[in-house]
Amino acid sequence: MRRTTYIVVAGVVLLFGLSWVLHAVSMSGEADGIERAFMITMAAFLTLAIYSFLYKDNPFYKFAEHLYVGVSAAYWMCQAFWSTIVGNLFPRLSEGLSSYFQQPYQASGWNITYWIPVILGIMLLMRLTEKYGWMSRWPLAMIVGTTAGLNFVRYLRSDFVVQVSSTFMPLLGEDPHRWQGFGAFISNLDLSATGQLAAIVSNWVIFIGVICGIIYFYFSKEHSGAFGRASRLGIWILMITFGASFGYTVMGRISLLVGRITFLFKDWLQIIS
Amino acid sequence: MAHLGVIISMLVIFGGLAWLLFRSIKGREVERRVIFVFIFVAVAAPILFPITFEEHASPVVKGLFDHIDTLPPGSRVLISFDYDPAMAPEVQPMANAISFHCLDRGHKVVFMSLWATGQTLLFNTLEDVIRPEFPDLIDGVDFISTGYKAGNEGVLNVIVSDFKKMFPTDVNGVPLDSVPIFDEINSCADFDLIVALGGGRPGPKEWVLFVGDPADVPIGVGVAAVVAPQLYPYYPRQIIGMLGGVKGAAEYESELAHRHERFKNMAQPGLKMMGPQTLAHIVIICFIVIGNVAFFRSRRRKGN
Repeated sequence: MRRTTYIVVAGVVLLFGLSWVLHAVSMSGEADGIERAFMITMAAFLTLAIYSFLYKDNPFYKFAEHLYVGVSAAYWMCQAFWSTIVGNLFPRLSEGLSSYFQQPYQASGWNITYWIPVILGIMLLMRLTEKYGWMSRWPLAMIVGTTAGLNFVRYLRSDFVVQVSSTFMPLLGEDPHRWQGFGAFISNLDLSATGQLAAIVSNWVIFIGVICGIIYFYFSKEHSGAFGRASRLGIWILMITFGASFGYTVMGRISLLVGRITFLFKDWLQIIS
Repeated sequence: MAHLGVIISMLVIFGGLAWLLFRSIKGREVERRVIFVFIFVAVAAPILFPITFEEHASPVVKGLFDHIDTLPPGSRVLISFDYDPAMAPEVQPMANAISFHCLDRGHKVVFMSLWATGQTLLFNTLEDVIRPEFPDLIDGVDFISTGYKAGNEGVLNVIVSDFKKMFPTDVNGVPLDSVPIFDEINSCADFDLIVALGGGRPGPKEWVLFVGDPADVPIGVGVAAVVAPQLYPYYPRQIIGMLGGVKGAAEYESELAHRHERFKNMAQPGLKMMGPQTLAHIVIICFIVIGNVAFFRSRRRKGN
Protein backbone atom coordinates (compact mmCIF):
# COMPACT_ATOMS: atom_id res chain seq x y z
CA MET A 1 0.00 0.00 0.00
CA ARG A 2 1.11 3.57 -0.60
CA ARG A 3 2.08 5.85 2.26
CA THR A 4 -0.95 8.09 1.69
CA THR A 5 -3.27 5.10 2.08
CA TYR A 6 -1.74 4.32 5.49
CA ILE A 7 -2.17 7.94 6.56
CA VAL A 8 -5.85 8.05 5.44
CA VAL A 9 -6.67 4.72 7.14
CA ALA A 10 -4.92 5.84 10.36
CA GLY A 11 -6.80 9.16 10.24
CA VAL A 12 -10.17 7.47 9.81
CA VAL A 13 -9.45 4.95 12.60
CA LEU A 14 -8.35 7.80 14.88
CA LEU A 15 -11.43 9.91 14.05
CA PHE A 16 -13.94 7.15 14.70
CA GLY A 17 -11.98 5.91 17.73
CA LEU A 18 -12.24 9.41 19.16
CA SER A 19 -15.97 9.45 18.32
CA TRP A 20 -16.42 6.17 20.22
CA VAL A 21 -14.59 7.54 23.27
CA LEU A 22 -16.61 10.78 23.27
CA HIS A 23 -19.92 8.91 22.93
CA ALA A 24 -18.90 6.44 25.63
CA VAL A 25 -18.09 9.34 27.98
CA SER A 26 -21.44 11.03 27.28
CA MET A 27 -23.27 7.70 27.89
CA SER A 28 -21.22 6.70 30.93
CA GLY A 29 -24.32 6.78 33.14
CA GLU A 30 -26.08 4.08 31.10
CA ALA A 31 -25.63 0.36 31.72
CA ASP A 32 -24.64 -0.50 28.13
CA GLY A 33 -23.17 2.93 27.32
CA ILE A 34 -19.86 1.70 25.88
CA GLU A 35 -21.60 -0.87 23.69
CA ARG A 36 -24.18 1.63 22.41
CA ALA A 37 -21.44 4.20 21.76
CA PHE A 38 -19.59 1.62 19.66
CA MET A 39 -22.75 0.72 17.71
CA ILE A 40 -23.54 4.36 16.91
CA THR A 41 -19.95 5.06 15.84
CA MET A 42 -19.81 1.90 13.73
CA ALA A 43 -23.15 2.72 12.08
CA ALA A 44 -21.91 6.25 11.28
CA PHE A 45 -18.65 4.87 9.85
CA LEU A 46 -20.48 2.31 7.68
CA THR A 47 -22.96 4.94 6.44
CA LEU A 48 -20.17 7.28 5.40
CA ALA A 49 -18.14 4.38 3.96
CA ILE A 50 -21.06 3.37 1.70
CA TYR A 51 -21.70 6.96 0.58
CA SER A 52 -17.96 7.43 -0.13
CA PHE A 53 -18.57 5.42 -3.33
CA LEU A 54 -20.25 8.50 -4.77
CA TYR A 55 -16.79 10.10 -4.88
CA LYS A 56 -15.05 7.00 -6.22
CA ASP A 57 -14.47 3.31 -5.43
CA ASN A 58 -12.28 2.95 -2.33
CA PRO A 59 -11.23 0.40 0.35
CA PHE A 60 -13.71 1.78 2.94
CA TYR A 61 -16.60 1.20 0.56
CA LYS A 62 -15.32 -2.29 -0.26
CA PHE A 63 -15.06 -3.10 3.47
CA ALA A 64 -18.60 -1.87 4.19
CA GLU A 65 -20.01 -3.68 1.15
CA HIS A 66 -18.41 -7.02 2.04
CA LEU A 67 -19.41 -6.66 5.68
CA TYR A 68 -23.01 -5.97 4.64
CA VAL A 69 -23.15 -9.02 2.36
CA GLY A 70 -21.55 -11.27 4.99
CA VAL A 71 -23.73 -10.10 7.87
CA SER A 72 -26.89 -10.35 5.71
CA ALA A 73 -26.08 -13.94 4.66
CA ALA A 74 -25.32 -14.97 8.26
CA TYR A 75 -28.42 -13.20 9.59
CA TRP A 76 -30.78 -14.88 7.12
CA MET A 77 -29.16 -18.27 7.67
CA CYS A 78 -29.68 -17.98 11.45
CA GLN A 79 -33.24 -16.70 10.93
CA ALA A 80 -34.06 -19.60 8.60
CA PHE A 81 -32.68 -22.13 11.10
CA TRP A 82 -34.43 -20.68 14.17
CA SER A 83 -37.74 -19.79 12.55
CA THR A 84 -38.21 -22.63 10.06
CA ILE A 85 -36.38 -25.64 11.50
CA VAL A 86 -36.59 -24.84 15.21
CA GLY A 87 -39.83 -22.84 15.09
CA ASN A 88 -41.87 -24.83 12.56
CA LEU A 89 -40.37 -28.32 12.26
CA PHE A 90 -39.00 -29.52 15.64
CA PRO A 91 -42.24 -28.79 17.59
CA ARG A 92 -44.07 -31.14 15.20
CA LEU A 93 -41.45 -33.89 15.14
CA SER A 94 -40.02 -34.44 18.59
CA GLU A 95 -40.89 -33.52 22.17
CA GLY A 96 -37.25 -33.88 23.20
CA LEU A 97 -35.97 -31.51 20.51
CA SER A 98 -38.78 -29.04 21.30
CA SER A 99 -37.90 -28.90 24.99
CA TYR A 100 -34.16 -28.63 24.18
CA PHE A 101 -34.86 -25.56 22.01
CA GLN A 102 -37.51 -24.31 24.47
CA GLN A 103 -40.33 -24.48 21.93
CA PRO A 104 -43.90 -25.54 22.84
CA TYR A 105 -44.40 -29.10 21.58
CA GLN A 106 -47.34 -29.51 19.18
CA ALA A 107 -48.31 -33.12 19.76
CA SER A 108 -49.83 -34.50 16.57
CA GLY A 109 -48.65 -38.12 16.65
CA TRP A 110 -46.62 -39.74 13.91
CA ASN A 111 -47.23 -37.81 10.72
CA ILE A 112 -45.29 -38.69 7.58
CA THR A 113 -46.10 -35.35 5.93
CA TYR A 114 -43.71 -33.55 8.30
CA TRP A 115 -40.85 -35.88 7.26
CA ILE A 116 -41.27 -35.14 3.54
CA PRO A 117 -39.84 -31.58 3.82
CA VAL A 118 -37.01 -32.94 6.02
CA ILE A 119 -36.02 -35.44 3.33
CA LEU A 120 -36.42 -32.86 0.54
CA GLY A 121 -34.33 -30.37 2.55
CA ILE A 122 -31.50 -32.90 2.95
CA MET A 123 -31.72 -33.70 -0.77
CA LEU A 124 -31.42 -29.99 -1.53
CA LEU A 125 -28.19 -29.85 0.48
CA MET A 126 -26.77 -32.68 -1.66
CA ARG A 127 -25.97 -29.97 -4.17
CA LEU A 128 -22.84 -29.35 -2.11
CA THR A 129 -21.45 -32.76 -3.12
CA GLU A 130 -20.29 -33.54 -6.63
CA LYS A 131 -21.38 -37.19 -6.58
CA TYR A 132 -24.95 -36.74 -5.30
CA GLY A 133 -25.61 -33.24 -6.63
CA TRP A 134 -28.27 -34.61 -9.00
CA MET A 135 -30.53 -35.33 -6.01
CA SER A 136 -31.04 -31.60 -5.42
CA ARG A 137 -33.00 -31.35 -8.68
CA TRP A 138 -36.00 -33.18 -7.22
CA PRO A 139 -36.73 -30.74 -4.36
CA LEU A 140 -35.91 -27.85 -6.68
CA ALA A 141 -38.49 -29.13 -9.16
CA MET A 142 -40.97 -29.45 -6.29
CA ILE A 143 -40.30 -25.81 -5.21
CA VAL A 144 -40.67 -24.46 -8.75
CA GLY A 145 -43.80 -26.52 -9.43
CA THR A 146 -45.50 -25.65 -6.15
CA THR A 147 -44.72 -21.94 -6.49
CA ALA A 148 -45.95 -21.87 -10.09
CA GLY A 149 -49.12 -23.77 -9.18
CA LEU A 150 -49.91 -21.57 -6.18
CA ASN A 151 -49.19 -18.32 -7.96
CA PHE A 152 -50.94 -19.23 -11.21
CA VAL A 153 -54.40 -19.31 -9.66
CA ARG A 154 -53.86 -16.21 -7.50
CA TYR A 155 -52.35 -14.10 -10.28
CA LEU A 156 -54.95 -15.20 -12.81
CA ARG A 157 -57.72 -14.10 -10.47
CA SER A 158 -56.28 -10.90 -8.97
CA ASP A 159 -54.01 -9.62 -11.73
CA PHE A 160 -56.07 -10.64 -14.74
CA VAL A 161 -59.76 -11.35 -14.17
CA VAL A 162 -60.36 -8.67 -11.49
CA GLN A 163 -58.10 -6.18 -13.27
CA VAL A 164 -59.95 -6.60 -16.56
CA SER A 165 -63.32 -6.20 -14.84
CA SER A 166 -61.97 -3.14 -12.97
CA THR A 167 -61.49 -1.33 -16.28
CA PHE A 168 -65.21 -1.57 -17.04
CA MET A 169 -65.86 1.86 -15.58
CA PRO A 170 -69.18 3.77 -15.55
CA LEU A 171 -68.15 6.65 -17.81
CA LEU A 172 -70.73 9.08 -16.44
CA GLY A 173 -69.93 8.52 -12.79
CA GLU A 174 -70.98 6.03 -10.13
CA ASP A 175 -72.18 6.09 -6.52
CA PRO A 176 -72.16 8.48 -4.75
CA HIS A 177 -72.08 10.58 -7.95
CA ARG A 178 -74.50 8.67 -10.18
CA TRP A 179 -75.39 10.51 -13.40
CA GLN A 180 -78.78 12.24 -13.04
CA GLY A 181 -78.82 14.40 -16.14
CA PHE A 182 -76.86 17.34 -17.44
CA GLY A 183 -78.86 19.90 -15.45
CA ALA A 184 -78.16 18.15 -12.13
CA PHE A 185 -74.49 17.81 -13.15
CA ILE A 186 -74.12 21.57 -13.80
CA SER A 187 -76.08 22.69 -10.74
CA ASN A 188 -74.05 20.35 -8.43
CA LEU A 189 -70.71 20.98 -10.17
CA ASP A 190 -67.90 20.17 -7.74
CA LEU A 191 -64.30 20.80 -8.85
CA SER A 192 -62.68 18.98 -5.90
CA ALA A 193 -60.75 15.70 -6.28
CA THR A 194 -63.67 13.78 -4.78
CA GLY A 195 -66.35 15.44 -6.95
CA GLN A 196 -68.34 14.02 -9.86
CA LEU A 197 -66.34 15.85 -12.53
CA ALA A 198 -63.04 14.39 -11.23
CA ALA A 199 -64.61 10.90 -11.10
CA ILE A 200 -65.88 11.18 -14.70
CA VAL A 201 -62.53 12.50 -16.00
CA SER A 202 -60.66 9.79 -14.07
CA ASN A 203 -62.84 7.02 -15.51
CA TRP A 204 -62.45 8.36 -19.07
CA VAL A 205 -58.66 8.56 -18.64
CA ILE A 206 -58.56 4.89 -17.51
CA PHE A 207 -60.90 3.83 -20.33
CA ILE A 208 -59.01 5.61 -23.10
CA GLY A 209 -55.58 4.92 -21.52
CA VAL A 210 -56.13 1.15 -21.36
CA ILE A 211 -57.42 0.92 -24.94
CA CYS A 212 -54.65 3.10 -26.40
CA GLY A 213 -51.99 1.32 -24.32
CA ILE A 214 -53.14 -2.05 -25.70
CA ILE A 215 -53.27 -0.67 -29.25
CA TYR A 216 -49.60 0.36 -28.96
CA PHE A 217 -48.69 -3.31 -28.33
CA TYR A 218 -50.84 -4.59 -31.21
CA PHE A 219 -48.41 -5.18 -34.08
CA SER A 220 -50.61 -7.12 -36.54
CA LYS A 221 -51.90 -3.90 -38.10
CA GLU A 222 -49.88 -0.97 -39.41
CA HIS A 223 -49.86 1.97 -36.98
CA SER A 224 -51.27 4.60 -39.35
CA GLY A 225 -54.36 6.79 -39.53
CA ALA A 226 -56.73 6.69 -36.52
CA PHE A 227 -55.06 3.48 -35.33
CA GLY A 228 -51.67 5.18 -35.44
CA ARG A 229 -52.95 8.21 -33.51
CA ALA A 230 -54.38 5.93 -30.81
CA SER A 231 -51.03 4.13 -30.70
CA ARG A 232 -49.20 7.46 -30.26
CA LEU A 233 -51.56 8.35 -27.40
CA GLY A 234 -50.82 4.90 -25.95
CA ILE A 235 -47.09 5.61 -25.86
CA TRP A 236 -47.78 8.96 -24.18
CA ILE A 237 -49.77 7.12 -21.52
CA LEU A 238 -46.87 4.70 -21.04
CA MET A 239 -44.34 7.56 -20.79
CA ILE A 240 -46.46 9.31 -18.16
CA THR A 241 -46.64 6.02 -16.22
CA PHE A 242 -42.86 5.62 -16.37
CA GLY A 243 -42.49 9.25 -15.26
CA ALA A 244 -44.72 8.62 -12.24
CA SER A 245 -42.67 5.52 -11.39
CA PHE A 246 -39.45 7.53 -11.69
CA GLY A 247 -40.87 10.26 -9.43
CA TYR A 248 -41.85 7.71 -6.79
CA THR A 249 -38.42 6.04 -7.05
CA VAL A 250 -36.69 9.38 -6.49
CA MET A 251 -38.93 9.98 -3.47
CA GLY A 252 -38.01 6.57 -2.06
CA ARG A 253 -34.27 7.12 -2.50
CA ILE A 254 -34.42 10.63 -1.02
CA SER A 255 -36.29 9.19 1.98
CA LEU A 256 -33.42 6.78 2.59
CA LEU A 257 -30.95 9.66 2.38
CA VAL A 258 -33.08 11.70 4.80
CA GLY A 259 -33.06 8.72 7.18
CA ARG A 260 -29.28 8.37 7.10
CA ILE A 261 -28.54 12.11 7.35
CA THR A 262 -30.99 12.40 10.25
CA PHE A 263 -29.13 9.54 11.97
CA LEU A 264 -25.76 11.22 11.40
CA PHE A 265 -26.96 14.61 12.66
CA LYS A 266 -29.09 13.33 15.54
CA ASP A 267 -27.46 10.19 16.94
CA TRP A 268 -23.84 10.59 15.88
CA LEU A 269 -23.07 14.31 15.77
CA GLN A 270 -25.94 15.25 18.12
CA ILE A 271 -26.46 18.63 16.45
CA ILE A 272 -30.25 18.26 16.17
CA SER A 273 -32.72 17.06 18.77
CA MET B 1 -31.88 31.73 13.55
CA ALA B 2 -33.77 28.93 11.77
CA HIS B 3 -35.23 31.40 9.23
CA LEU B 4 -31.77 32.82 8.57
CA GLY B 5 -30.46 29.28 8.06
CA VAL B 6 -33.26 28.53 5.59
CA ILE B 7 -32.60 31.78 3.65
CA ILE B 8 -28.83 31.16 3.48
CA SER B 9 -29.27 27.55 2.35
CA MET B 10 -31.81 28.60 -0.32
CA LEU B 11 -29.41 31.26 -1.58
CA VAL B 12 -26.56 28.73 -1.73
CA ILE B 13 -28.67 26.07 -3.51
CA PHE B 14 -30.46 28.28 -6.05
CA GLY B 15 -27.45 30.56 -6.57
CA GLY B 16 -25.38 27.46 -7.32
CA LEU B 17 -28.04 26.10 -9.68
CA ALA B 18 -28.20 29.43 -11.56
CA TRP B 19 -24.42 29.32 -11.91
CA LEU B 20 -24.58 25.76 -13.26
CA LEU B 21 -27.33 26.76 -15.72
CA PHE B 22 -25.13 29.65 -16.91
CA ARG B 23 -22.19 27.23 -17.37
CA SER B 24 -24.42 24.81 -19.31
CA ILE B 25 -25.59 27.59 -21.64
CA LYS B 26 -21.91 28.37 -22.23
CA GLY B 27 -21.44 24.70 -23.21
CA ARG B 28 -19.54 23.44 -20.17
CA GLU B 29 -20.40 20.07 -18.63
CA VAL B 30 -21.48 19.58 -15.02
CA GLU B 31 -19.47 16.97 -13.11
CA ARG B 32 -21.67 14.23 -11.59
CA ARG B 33 -20.22 14.79 -8.08
CA VAL B 34 -21.53 18.36 -8.18
CA ILE B 35 -25.06 16.92 -8.44
CA PHE B 36 -24.43 14.75 -5.35
CA VAL B 37 -23.23 17.78 -3.38
CA PHE B 38 -26.37 19.75 -4.31
CA ILE B 39 -28.64 16.84 -3.34
CA PHE B 40 -26.82 16.51 -0.02
CA VAL B 41 -27.21 20.24 0.74
CA ALA B 42 -30.87 20.19 -0.37
CA VAL B 43 -31.58 17.31 2.03
CA ALA B 44 -29.35 18.38 4.93
CA ALA B 45 -30.44 22.05 5.07
CA PRO B 46 -34.15 21.39 5.86
CA ILE B 47 -33.09 18.82 8.49
CA LEU B 48 -30.87 21.37 10.23
CA PHE B 49 -33.32 24.25 9.73
CA PRO B 50 -36.74 22.55 9.59
CA ILE B 51 -39.12 23.57 6.81
CA THR B 52 -42.64 22.13 7.02
CA PHE B 53 -45.45 22.20 4.48
CA GLU B 54 -49.16 21.77 4.99
CA GLU B 55 -50.40 18.45 3.63
CA HIS B 56 -53.95 17.43 2.68
CA ALA B 57 -54.99 13.82 2.43
CA SER B 58 -55.61 12.69 -1.15
CA PRO B 59 -58.61 10.38 -1.87
CA VAL B 60 -56.39 7.30 -1.94
CA VAL B 61 -55.05 8.07 1.57
CA LYS B 62 -58.46 9.15 2.84
CA GLY B 63 -59.87 5.80 1.72
CA LEU B 64 -57.83 3.97 4.37
CA PHE B 65 -58.15 6.74 6.98
CA ASP B 66 -61.95 6.92 6.70
CA HIS B 67 -62.29 3.15 6.81
CA ILE B 68 -60.37 2.95 10.11
CA ASP B 69 -62.24 6.00 11.43
CA THR B 70 -65.69 4.64 10.61
CA LEU B 71 -65.21 1.06 11.82
CA PRO B 72 -67.10 0.59 15.10
CA PRO B 73 -64.89 0.42 18.22
CA GLY B 74 -63.86 -3.14 18.99
CA SER B 75 -63.39 -4.04 15.32
CA ARG B 76 -60.57 -6.49 14.62
CA VAL B 77 -57.65 -5.10 12.63
CA LEU B 78 -54.56 -7.01 11.49
CA ILE B 79 -51.39 -4.99 10.80
CA SER B 80 -48.50 -6.76 9.10
CA PHE B 81 -44.99 -5.30 9.27
CA ASP B 82 -43.38 -6.69 6.11
CA TYR B 83 -40.32 -4.49 5.69
CA ASP B 84 -36.72 -4.02 6.76
CA PRO B 85 -34.58 -1.15 8.08
CA ALA B 86 -33.88 0.01 4.51
CA MET B 87 -37.59 0.79 4.05
CA ALA B 88 -38.11 1.96 7.63
CA PRO B 89 -37.58 5.73 7.04
CA GLU B 90 -40.63 5.64 4.72
CA VAL B 91 -42.80 2.93 6.22
CA GLN B 92 -42.20 3.29 9.97
CA PRO B 93 -44.03 6.68 10.17
CA MET B 94 -47.03 5.03 8.49
CA ALA B 95 -46.85 2.05 10.87
CA ASN B 96 -46.77 4.31 13.92
CA ALA B 97 -49.60 6.58 12.70
CA ILE B 98 -51.90 3.70 11.65
CA SER B 99 -51.24 1.77 14.88
CA PHE B 100 -51.99 4.89 16.93
CA HIS B 101 -55.16 5.57 14.92
CA CYS B 102 -56.51 2.01 15.31
CA LEU B 103 -55.88 1.85 19.06
CA ASP B 104 -57.17 5.39 19.60
CA ARG B 105 -60.43 4.37 17.90
CA GLY B 106 -60.71 1.37 20.25
CA HIS B 107 -60.05 -1.36 17.69
CA LYS B 108 -58.52 -4.70 18.67
CA VAL B 109 -55.20 -4.91 16.84
CA VAL B 110 -53.18 -8.00 15.91
CA PHE B 111 -49.60 -7.31 14.82
CA MET B 112 -47.56 -9.76 12.78
CA SER B 113 -44.68 -9.91 10.33
CA LEU B 114 -43.75 -11.92 7.26
CA TRP B 115 -40.22 -10.49 7.35
CA ALA B 116 -37.74 -11.46 10.05
CA THR B 117 -36.52 -7.87 10.16
CA GLY B 118 -40.09 -6.63 10.53
CA GLN B 119 -40.36 -8.09 14.02
CA THR B 120 -37.72 -5.68 15.38
CA LEU B 121 -39.45 -2.73 13.73
CA LEU B 122 -42.76 -3.93 15.14
CA PHE B 123 -41.10 -3.98 18.56
CA ASN B 124 -40.07 -0.32 17.98
CA THR B 125 -43.71 0.65 17.28
CA LEU B 126 -44.85 -1.18 20.42
CA GLU B 127 -42.21 0.57 22.55
CA ASP B 128 -42.31 4.04 20.96
CA VAL B 129 -46.05 4.49 20.33
CA ILE B 130 -48.28 1.92 21.96
CA ARG B 131 -46.83 1.51 25.46
CA PRO B 132 -46.24 5.25 26.14
CA GLU B 133 -49.50 6.46 24.50
CA PHE B 134 -51.82 3.65 25.62
CA PRO B 135 -50.47 2.46 29.00
CA ASP B 136 -53.92 1.17 30.01
CA LEU B 137 -54.30 -1.22 27.09
CA ILE B 138 -53.67 -4.88 27.92
CA ASP B 139 -51.52 -7.19 25.82
CA GLY B 140 -53.71 -10.07 24.66
CA VAL B 141 -56.96 -8.19 25.23
CA ASP B 142 -56.64 -4.93 23.27
CA PHE B 143 -53.66 -5.78 21.08
CA ILE B 144 -51.27 -8.66 20.51
CA SER B 145 -48.10 -9.36 18.59
CA THR B 146 -47.77 -12.78 16.99
CA GLY B 147 -44.32 -11.87 15.69
CA TYR B 148 -42.57 -13.25 12.63
CA LYS B 149 -43.31 -16.49 10.87
CA ALA B 150 -41.16 -17.90 8.08
CA GLY B 151 -42.80 -19.17 4.91
CA ASN B 152 -43.64 -16.07 2.85
CA GLU B 153 -46.72 -16.67 0.68
CA GLY B 154 -47.07 -20.11 2.29
CA VAL B 155 -47.94 -18.42 5.59
CA LEU B 156 -50.65 -16.34 3.88
CA ASN B 157 -51.98 -19.40 2.15
CA VAL B 158 -52.52 -21.07 5.54
CA ILE B 159 -53.74 -18.14 7.66
CA VAL B 160 -56.37 -17.25 5.10
CA SER B 161 -58.25 -20.32 6.34
CA ASP B 162 -56.67 -21.10 9.75
CA PHE B 163 -54.71 -18.41 11.61
CA LYS B 164 -53.77 -20.47 14.67
CA LYS B 165 -52.37 -23.30 12.59
CA MET B 166 -49.50 -21.05 11.53
CA PHE B 167 -49.38 -18.94 14.70
CA PRO B 168 -50.17 -21.27 17.63
CA THR B 169 -48.65 -18.79 20.10
CA ASP B 170 -47.99 -15.06 20.36
CA VAL B 171 -44.46 -13.61 20.25
CA ASN B 172 -43.97 -14.39 23.95
CA GLY B 173 -45.02 -18.04 23.59
CA VAL B 174 -48.53 -17.58 25.04
CA PRO B 175 -51.00 -19.93 23.24
CA LEU B 176 -53.46 -17.92 21.12
CA ASP B 177 -56.30 -20.19 22.31
CA SER B 178 -55.89 -18.64 25.78
CA VAL B 179 -55.93 -14.93 24.80
CA PRO B 180 -59.29 -13.07 24.70
CA ILE B 181 -58.50 -11.09 21.53
CA PHE B 182 -58.48 -14.35 19.56
CA ASP B 183 -61.81 -15.60 20.90
CA GLU B 184 -63.61 -14.78 17.66
CA ILE B 185 -60.69 -14.94 15.26
CA ASN B 186 -60.07 -18.19 13.42
CA SER B 187 -58.90 -17.03 10.03
CA CYS B 188 -58.10 -13.84 8.13
CA ALA B 189 -61.72 -13.65 7.03
CA ASP B 190 -62.62 -12.76 10.65
CA PHE B 191 -60.72 -9.47 10.49
CA ASP B 192 -62.63 -6.29 9.65
CA LEU B 193 -59.53 -4.78 8.07
CA ILE B 194 -56.02 -5.88 7.17
CA VAL B 195 -53.28 -3.29 6.80
CA ALA B 196 -50.19 -4.54 4.96
CA LEU B 197 -47.08 -2.40 5.36
CA GLY B 198 -44.01 -3.01 3.24
CA GLY B 199 -42.65 -2.80 -0.26
CA GLY B 200 -40.86 -6.05 -1.03
CA ARG B 201 -41.89 -9.66 -1.44
CA PRO B 202 -43.87 -10.94 0.38
CA GLY B 203 -45.65 -7.67 0.94
CA PRO B 204 -48.85 -5.76 0.22
CA LYS B 205 -49.27 -7.28 -3.25
CA GLU B 206 -49.15 -10.82 -1.83
CA TRP B 207 -51.71 -9.81 0.83
CA VAL B 208 -54.08 -8.73 -1.96
CA LEU B 209 -53.46 -11.89 -4.01
CA PHE B 210 -53.46 -14.51 -1.25
CA VAL B 211 -55.80 -13.02 1.37
CA GLY B 212 -57.74 -9.93 0.25
CA ASP B 213 -59.28 -11.33 -2.93
CA PRO B 214 -59.88 -14.98 -1.90
CA ALA B 215 -61.24 -14.16 1.60
CA ASP B 216 -62.95 -10.90 0.57
CA VAL B 217 -61.35 -8.93 3.42
CA PRO B 218 -60.79 -5.16 3.04
CA ILE B 219 -57.07 -4.51 2.58
CA GLY B 220 -55.33 -1.17 3.12
CA VAL B 221 -51.67 -0.80 2.26
CA GLY B 222 -48.74 1.41 3.24
CA VAL B 223 -45.86 0.97 0.84
CA ALA B 224 -42.37 2.23 0.06
CA ALA B 225 -42.53 4.76 -2.76
CA VAL B 226 -40.71 2.53 -5.25
CA VAL B 227 -43.57 0.02 -5.44
CA ALA B 228 -46.49 2.47 -5.09
CA PRO B 229 -47.15 2.73 -8.87
CA GLN B 230 -47.46 -1.07 -9.08
CA LEU B 231 -50.24 -1.05 -6.48
CA TYR B 232 -52.33 1.82 -7.87
CA PRO B 233 -54.22 -0.51 -10.27
CA TYR B 234 -55.63 -2.36 -7.23
CA TYR B 235 -57.30 0.82 -5.92
CA PRO B 236 -60.20 1.16 -5.17
CA ARG B 237 -61.59 -2.31 -5.87
CA GLN B 238 -58.94 -4.59 -4.37
CA ILE B 239 -57.43 -2.19 -1.84
CA ILE B 240 -59.49 0.38 0.03
CA GLY B 241 -56.67 2.91 0.35
CA MET B 242 -52.93 3.32 0.01
CA LEU B 243 -50.16 5.34 1.60
CA GLY B 244 -47.42 5.69 -1.03
CA GLY B 245 -44.00 6.58 0.36
CA VAL B 246 -43.29 9.37 2.78
CA LYS B 247 -45.82 11.61 1.02
CA GLY B 248 -48.58 9.14 1.93
CA ALA B 249 -47.32 9.00 5.52
CA ALA B 250 -47.30 12.81 5.73
CA GLU B 251 -50.86 13.05 4.37
CA TYR B 252 -52.05 10.44 6.88
CA GLU B 253 -50.33 12.21 9.79
CA SER B 254 -51.86 15.52 8.67
CA GLU B 255 -55.38 14.03 8.53
CA LEU B 256 -54.82 12.36 11.90
CA ALA B 257 -53.69 15.63 13.47
CA HIS B 258 -56.74 17.45 12.03
CA ARG B 259 -59.27 14.90 13.23
CA HIS B 260 -57.65 13.54 16.42
CA GLU B 261 -56.55 16.27 18.84
CA ARG B 262 -54.31 13.90 20.76
CA PHE B 263 -52.04 13.19 17.76
CA LYS B 264 -51.16 16.89 17.37
CA ASN B 265 -48.65 16.68 20.25
CA MET B 266 -46.98 13.53 18.97
CA ALA B 267 -43.94 13.15 16.71
CA GLN B 268 -44.86 13.48 13.03
CA PRO B 269 -41.78 12.19 11.17
CA GLY B 270 -43.60 11.91 7.84
CA LEU B 271 -44.50 15.61 7.81
CA LYS B 272 -40.96 16.55 8.87
CA MET B 273 -39.49 14.54 6.00
CA MET B 274 -41.52 16.44 3.40
CA GLY B 275 -39.22 19.50 3.73
CA PRO B 276 -36.09 17.69 2.53
CA GLN B 277 -38.20 15.78 -0.01
CA THR B 278 -39.63 18.92 -1.58
CA LEU B 279 -36.32 20.75 -1.78
CA ALA B 280 -34.50 17.70 -3.17
CA HIS B 281 -37.20 17.24 -5.84
CA ILE B 282 -36.92 20.91 -6.86
CA VAL B 283 -33.15 20.49 -7.19
CA ILE B 284 -33.60 17.34 -9.30
CA ILE B 285 -36.12 19.13 -11.57
CA CYS B 286 -33.61 21.98 -11.96
CA PHE B 287 -30.91 19.51 -12.92
CA ILE B 288 -33.24 17.92 -15.51
CA VAL B 289 -33.75 21.42 -17.00
CA ILE B 290 -29.98 22.09 -16.92
CA GLY B 291 -29.32 18.70 -18.55
CA ASN B 292 -31.81 19.45 -21.34
CA VAL B 293 -30.35 22.90 -21.91
CA ALA B 294 -26.89 21.34 -22.23
CA PHE B 295 -28.24 18.63 -24.56
CA PHE B 296 -30.07 20.98 -26.97
CA ARG B 297 -27.16 23.40 -26.88
CA SER B 298 -24.68 20.68 -27.89
CA ARG B 299 -27.06 19.40 -30.61
CA ARG B 300 -27.40 22.87 -32.08
CA ARG B 301 -23.61 23.23 -32.12
CA LYS B 302 -23.22 19.91 -33.92
CA GLY B 303 -25.90 21.02 -36.42
CA ASN B 304 -23.94 24.17 -37.16
